[in-house]
Amino acid sequence: MVIKTEPFVVNIGPAHPSTHGVFRMRATLDGEVVLDIEPVFGYLHRGIEKLAEERTYTQIIPLTDRLDYLASMSNNLAYVLTVEKLAGIAVPERAEYLRVIMAELQRIASHLIGVGAFLNDCGAFMTPILYMIREREKILDLFEMVCGQRLTYNYMRIGGVSHDIPEEFLPALKKFVDRMPGFIDEYDQLLQENEILLARSKGVGILSREQAINISASGPVLRASGVKWDIRKVDPYSIYDRFGFEIPTGSAGDCYDRYRVRVEEMRQSVRILKQAVEKLPAGGVRSEVSHLVRPPAGEAYGHIEAPKGELGFYLVSDNSIAPYRFHVRAPSLLNLTALREMVVGWKVADVLAIFGSIDICMGEVDR
Amino acid sequence: MTVALSGGEIAARLEERFPGSVVESGQDSLLVKSESLRAVAGFLKTAPGLEFDYLTAITGVDYYDYFEVVYQLTSIRHNHSLVVKARCYGRENPALPSVVGLWKGADFQEREIYDLMGIRFEGHPNLKRVVLWDGFTGHPLRKDYL
Repeated sequence: MVIKTEPFVVNIGPAHPSTHGVFRMRATLDGEVVLDIEPVFGYLHRGIEKLAEERTYTQIIPLTDRLDYLASMSNNLAYVLTVEKLAGIAVPERAEYLRVIMAELQRIASHLIGVGAFLNDCGAFMTPILYMIREREKILDLFEMVCGQRLTYNYMRIGGVSHDIPEEFLPALKKFVDRMPGFIDEYDQLLQENEILLARSKGVGILSREQAINISASGPVLRASGVKWDIRKVDPYSIYDRFGFEIPTGSAGDCYDRYRVRVEEMRQSVRILKQAVEKLPAGGVRSEVSHLVRPPAGEAYGHIEAPKGELGFYLVSDNSIAPYRFHVRAPSLLNLTALREMVVGWKVADVLAIFGSIDICMGEVDR
Repeated sequence: MTVALSGGEIAARLEERFPGSVVESGQDSLLVKSESLRAVAGFLKTAPGLEFDYLTAITGVDYYDYFEVVYQLTSIRHNHSLVVKARCYGRENPALPSVVGLWKGADFQEREIYDLMGIRFEGHPNLKRVVLWDGFTGHPLRKDYL
């Protein structure tokens, strides 16, 4: 007897613990196997691009905090770099170093959450992510010292940073930098050969090199597919050309490689932090810039390697105090394009692991 | 360092292949006719020495008289970049050809521009609103939407 079957549609999300925010996947299933998937988002759309057109260049910095709220420092940095490019503003040496220190601390903090949440999605429930959060707290303590905030920092300014670091910051940072490699080894020992992790991620959700480039993937998703492409190296901004570090890449482009790339990147960030602390010069942290910046009419695209990928800002100025157009090139949004390519043919449980391995932040996808 | 290619030099190459396709060329940018956008994009993606395999970003800008769509192209193979722009006129039904067939990364971005700025991308496989809901009227990123 032949049993008649037909595909059916299941909504995963919008409110689901594995969707990392309010995100819906409209999955067409044949039993447990995914035939097609349609990402549905916009639940967190706040119209940041429109809001920015009504604000002065300085007032936009807090808006950028709310894009990828797990990496606000990186958002601040990308935005102020673009405004400085547009207006031709120089930044004091010490501020450049402080920016690099904050951006690299932020990369570690974001990757800790990315890796921890991914392991959660794989079924290693709560234990690994709590180890990660333990370390992330120390980074948040450091950020609290410099700007009083633990999530939305609003620390960078056009032409520098808002405050110099307090005197207790450097000793605390040095302690963190000394101890962090040991903690990364500890996670590795726990997880690298972990049966759950290997079974759930090796060979799962493969994204080929060609696909990754074609869908404009960036960050760890692109590098795990074997593309050695890191904006810090290929188009150095700020003072990244002064530091020695490697670009970790994967070869298979599966969930495991994306996980490995993030872990290795944390080690490289610690390397950069060590060098930055040693070289940190004395001096001012902010150049004299008018509160109402009026960049000359024109346009600029500035980009950085944010934890989740290439974060870019496209600004159009009409020589007024507010940008004529403010556009965010959000890495999470573009990496999400890869989801469909990766999940078709896999089972529902793998969808959540694959989705977790992209590491997206809805604040940035929806804007 | 990513090298920004000169718009003028590429414009000369394009004029040879597709006469009349380039409206003007800037220091690191090109403004192309909307009708030849797809042909130009296809050429830029595959021409030896250019090979813009990576579409970094697409942005729409409303200048009242026309809409300008800005394509930031990068070549991962050669580590160089170029900005390509195209304009579409009229506020009722502005349209441009879609580049999803060349770079899949254009998918969500073209949908977003359609959603927020109301530019239709001809040939897009699934052109519908992406951050706003289906029943929404208007396109908020337009300058005349308040």
